[in-house]
Amino acid sequence: MSKFISYITAGDPSLEKTKEFVEALSEHSDLIEIGIPFSDPVAEGEVIQAASLRALQNGVTPAKVFDMADTLDPAIRRKIVLLTYANTAFTYGYEAFFRRCRSCGLYGVIIPDLPYEERGEVAPFAGQNGIHLITLIAPTSADRVRTLAKDASGFIYLVSSLGVTGIRSELSVDLSGIVAQIREVTDTPVMVGFGIATPEQVNAVNAVADGAIVGSAFVKLIAEQGAAAAPHLSKLIKELTFHV
Amino acid sequence: MSARFGEFGGRYVPETLMSAVVELEKAYEASKKDRAFQTELAGLLNDYAGRPSRLYFAANMTEDLGGPRIYFKREDLNHTGSHKINNVLGQALLAKKMGKTRLIAETGAGQHGVATATAAALLKMECEIFMGREDVARQALNVYRMKLLGAAVHTVTGGTETLKDAVNETMREWTRRIGDTHYVLGSVMGPHPFPTMVRDFQSVISREAREQILSAEGRLPGAVVACVGGGSNAIGAFYHFIGDADVKLIGCEAAGLGADTPQNAATVTNGSPGIFHGMKSLFCQDENGQIAPVYSISAGLDYPGIGPEHAYLAKTGRAQYEAVSDSEAVDAFEYLSKTEGIIPAIESAHAVAYVIKKVERLAGPVIVNLSGRGDKDAASIARYKGVELYE
Repeated sequence: MSKFISYITAGDPSLEKTKEFVEALSEHSDLIEIGIPFSDPVAEGEVIQAASLRALQNGVTPAKVFDMADTLDPAIRRKIVLLTYANTAFTYGYEAFFRRCRSCGLYGVIIPDLPYEERGEVAPFAGQNGIHLITLIAPTSADRVRTLAKDASGFIYLVSSLGVTGIRSELSVDLSGIVAQIREVTDTPVMVGFGIATPEQVNAVNAVADGAIVGSAFVKLIAEQGAAAAPHLSKLIKELTFHV
Repeated sequence: MSARFGEFGGRYVPETLMSAVVELEKAYEASKKDRAFQTELAGLLNDYAGRPSRLYFAANMTEDLGGPRIYFKREDLNHTGSHKINNVLGQALLAKKMGKTRLIAETGAGQHGVATATAAALLKMECEIFMGREDVARQALNVYRMKLLGAAVHTVTGGTETLKDAVNETMREWTRRIGDTHYVLGSVMGPHPFPTMVRDFQSVISREAREQILSAEGRLPGAVVACVGGGSNAIGAFYHFIGDADVKLIGCEAAGLGADTPQNAATVTNGSPGIFHGMKSLFCQDENGQIAPVYSISAGLDYPGIGPEHAYLAKTGRAQYEAVSDSEAVDAFEYLSKTEGIIPAIESAHAVAYVIKKVERLAGPVIVNLSGRGDKDAASIARYKGVELYE
């Protein structure tokens, strides 16, 4: 059975609403990524950039995101993966950051600008606290795929296509070859993200990997519907996971 | 080749870009031993860019200030009007050898954009430049020059709409299109190998200056002074003097309205360690690691970070970094124009201002790196002075 991961940006339009949205998404999500807003998210497309900016204007800080996570039901907390840029965790202090993840009872952390070569300065703190530090693999990873996959824990975030996050009308990269390389070295589930926004794309991804990650489509809904987005999110995630 | 300068440096980029930076590192390493490449690059630097640049004794300024003998390393006389061409010719030629057909680059003041567009025209490559909306407005002449040279110029509207945001957008563009595209980073910043590679290409400045000052004065300089944004002209001017412990190395960063006001870009003075734009270095940021919206009258120094080698030189104390305000830089811009008949780039005017301000503290001879010429700044300085002048 395929898995599904949803993403939203913390604090857009408010942290109270983020809690409500996470609860709305949790029933149909195996994991939920919560993005800690950063001033300069270089791996994000326009939709998530704008959400980060709105959240920062609302005064969201990493400490407040953790405090919000503390108020979630423990079963939901175990589904939470924080997405943070390296500078946020570095400035918080890697050790303190991962200790706080453990005290919240979270699942994992994704740092999009922390490639394999720099993983060593973070991984020990994640390991000590039992937090999965998620490995990203890209269409350009080529002869790096096996090395990256070998050290993966939790799930592997397979980037569907070149470029930044955002909704795409079609996915052109042949992912099955990369998935086959990953399968040679690990059983860690492979989840495909970047550009996925429709049930058809989710189904296509499910056919080659363990599941899909959808972010910008939810964040866009939140941008459009604001505080009233929860029922719209529920409706969209049901459509996206109908066949799962 | 080490990816670090002490704790600083590294390569903090998304996995999508890793293969490209690793490929670049290998190609750059190979080029250092490739005699044909080195010969071709030297030919371009000399015949096309006009190297070596002159080391000029500033007799009027020396007499006027009554202190040590002051020399200018005239990078402003290079083709395209600044030191940026040294790095761009190296990277563009390397990209061409790697089979790339398209160059992309960020630009602040527009000097790096112009240099990249120039190299692309020369080497028959496609070129796209990313520039913050505020910089497009204050450097209109350079925007026109880039277009004239055949480049497409994209106006970046996100964030502070200056150099930092132009870098963000160029990095995003590189992740969209890697196969045929090289990102010509304009300073000694970004992920490894850029800080090392760009330094090597710019170190021609101090290699020449060292010989020239020894020939002119029979001794090494007491100090080398250069402006610092990302820090490429400064590291180029410092590099071959780093081993000479008696040569003071002084980087002048932009204090904007004052280093103690919110409106500045003085990274070493006010910044703290962080990870941004692919590197661990010093950045102007808040207590949560959000990058600060910095300010300087100089579009080329209006950047919230500094190259990792400078962070290392600052930490070890080998180089010192001093903040120079907008008004001091503008005064120096006017002073040098009247005193020596040289209109400096407003970036370089920060270094000139430091020498004027602290002349009694400097032992001679002093080399000031005149990193660029000021034609591009004439209109915006006129407006700063209340003269209604538009290009």
